[in-house]
Amino acid sequence: MITSAREAWIGRVLLVVLMLVTVLPFVSLFVTALHPPGTYPSGLSWPETPHWSNFVAAFQSADMHRLLWSSILIELGVVPVALLVATLAGFALGHLRPPGAKVVFIVFLLGLTLPFEGVIIPLYYQMRELGLLGTRWAIILPLIGLYMPFAVMWMRAHFVTMPKDLSEAARIDGCSTWHLFWRIHVPLSMPALSSLAILLFLWTWNQFLLAVVLVDDPAKRTMAGALGAFQGRFGNDIPLLCAGSLLILTPTLLLFLAFQRRFVTALMQGSLKG
Amino acid sequence: MTQYSAPVVTGATTPAADAPSAPVDPRRRRADLARRLRRGAWAMSLVAPAAAFYGFFVLRPLVLTLQYSFYDWNGVTQAEWVGVSNYVALVRDPQLYGSILNAFQLILFFSVVPVTLGLLAANAIRGIAATRLSVVARTVLFLPQIIPLVAAGIMWSWQLATNGLVNQFLRLIGLDGVTRAWLGDFGTALPAVGVIGAWVLLGLCMLLLLAGMTKIDTALYEAARIDGAGPVREFFSITLPSVRQEVGICITITVIAALASFDIVFTSTQGGPGNSTLVPGLQIYYLAFFQREVGMASALAVALMLLVLAVVLPLQWFARDGDK
Repeated sequence: MITSAREAWIGRVLLVVLMLVTVLPFVSLFVTALHPPGTYPSGLSWPETPHWSNFVAAFQSADMHRLLWSSILIELGVVPVALLVATLAGFALGHLRPPGAKVVFIVFLLGLTLPFEGVIIPLYYQMRELGLLGTRWAIILPLIGLYMPFAVMWMRAHFVTMPKDLSEAARIDGCSTWHLFWRIHVPLSMPALSSLAILLFLWTWNQFLLAVVLVDDPAKRTMAGALGAFQGRFGNDIPLLCAGSLLILTPTLLLFLAFQRRFVTALMQGSLKG
Repeated sequence: MTQYSAPVVTGATTPAADAPSAPVDPRRRRADLARRLRRGAWAMSLVAPAAAFYGFFVLRPLVLTLQYSFYDWNGVTQAEWVGVSNYVALVRDPQLYGSILNAFQLILFFSVVPVTLGLLAANAIRGIAATRLSVVARTVLFLPQIIPLVAAGIMWSWQLATNGLVNQFLRLIGLDGVTRAWLGDFGTALPAVGVIGAWVLLGLCMLLLLAGMTKIDTALYEAARIDGAGPVREFFSITLPSVRQEVGICITITVIAALASFDIVFTSTQGGPGNSTLVPGLQIYYLAFFQREVGMASALAVALMLLVLAVVLPLQWFARDGDK
């Protein structure tokens, strides 16, 4: 590609500015969290003595370990089930293609751009009837359903691209459909499955609306839901609120930094399809 | 992008590969048909769990939302059928349609700003897409996508406060006069919320557009340069038409984010001051669970869903049309 030195230079400066704009709020959050609790510091200023104890205080007063445990329980309830159920459906609709598959798929697509606000009111009453209001099930079960349009579309798109020859060869070798699915297609689907798992994990961890409406007790919510409650309690104590917010951000940030390549590709593919 | 770029709505029209082609006796044919039906039923039973979750937790509530929207109901006592009067109130009462207007204003910040800036930035960076800096940028610019929107809201309500980073920066460049509590001012609260959304979405848009631009054949640019096209001409004649699909995707994502915004507004302003940052999502929440006007809230929810569809469907059509 022909690019003059001047153009490359402009590009670099622009990129650095964008990165600064992205990162500075995080930095400001961090330095504010180090100020004495109860004070009202200004945006970016290093405190005279950094109060690392704020993190400990926030961890304890927010019951952070319980929040973490609650989020993990919700993730464990949502992600494996959604993956399994969507893979089965995607395999059937993308590979086996029974009569009527197209209609079923279009019905799934209907929910793809649905804002959660559109179903939240009846979900509340539905959960109340089921006696699940205030329990983690009230978040887990609807989330699985709400993820289905995207997850089924994702897995179907994957199975459509699998070469037909592969299954035919396996069938000639006397493979049953079930065997074909578990022994051949699922192992070959690992890249698609792991990307989907990352997306579902993130969306669940960050889910707020369902948590706020369906579960009152912050200790039974997702991390994002708990953060909302945390803000209500510590809204006046800026350093403590910042410390708490940072603590709540940490788990996903660590995961992201550890698996960033996978995260970035998953998110990019996810938005390209959604 | 690479191996998953199968078109989204291709028809499942390939006939079963094992269908007999030669004429056979009716008994065989009946046996074949039975086998195919059995296989079809078996395949459909694999779809059943997904369909059950989807049906019970999405389709059923969807229908119920529509049903509630024709009733006056406080969630406890007997509901009363009121026909379309909830919808009539929705178009007449400025308190109610105000939130929809606010959401449309947010589109300017959530959608127009990130897509325009994203296009310009991606175009400037295109030339250095393979360098170390841009690899680092990829990670950094994704950070806002990883954190919960709630966290972005809390973080920015601090940055936009009287003592926050934004005002500190304005004072630094000598604009003391404009500093204020951005989220607490009637005139600036909504744009301030918009800035938060723009911050969240800019990185994603830029990277999506950049991914689209790196797929463009570089020979096109070389030809354009030889013909004497400048950077501006190049952008409008080559770059922009080539990333048409990516632009469509960015607009779809960001417009939905604006119309259905909830988390950011909930944590940064709660809809205030007054109703100046009230958005449909938040109003549905208040109406249904605090003011106990379930019917009215449902009508607003239906309107919100229709709005989203009204935006998404033409965009999808436009993006697919471009593929031909």
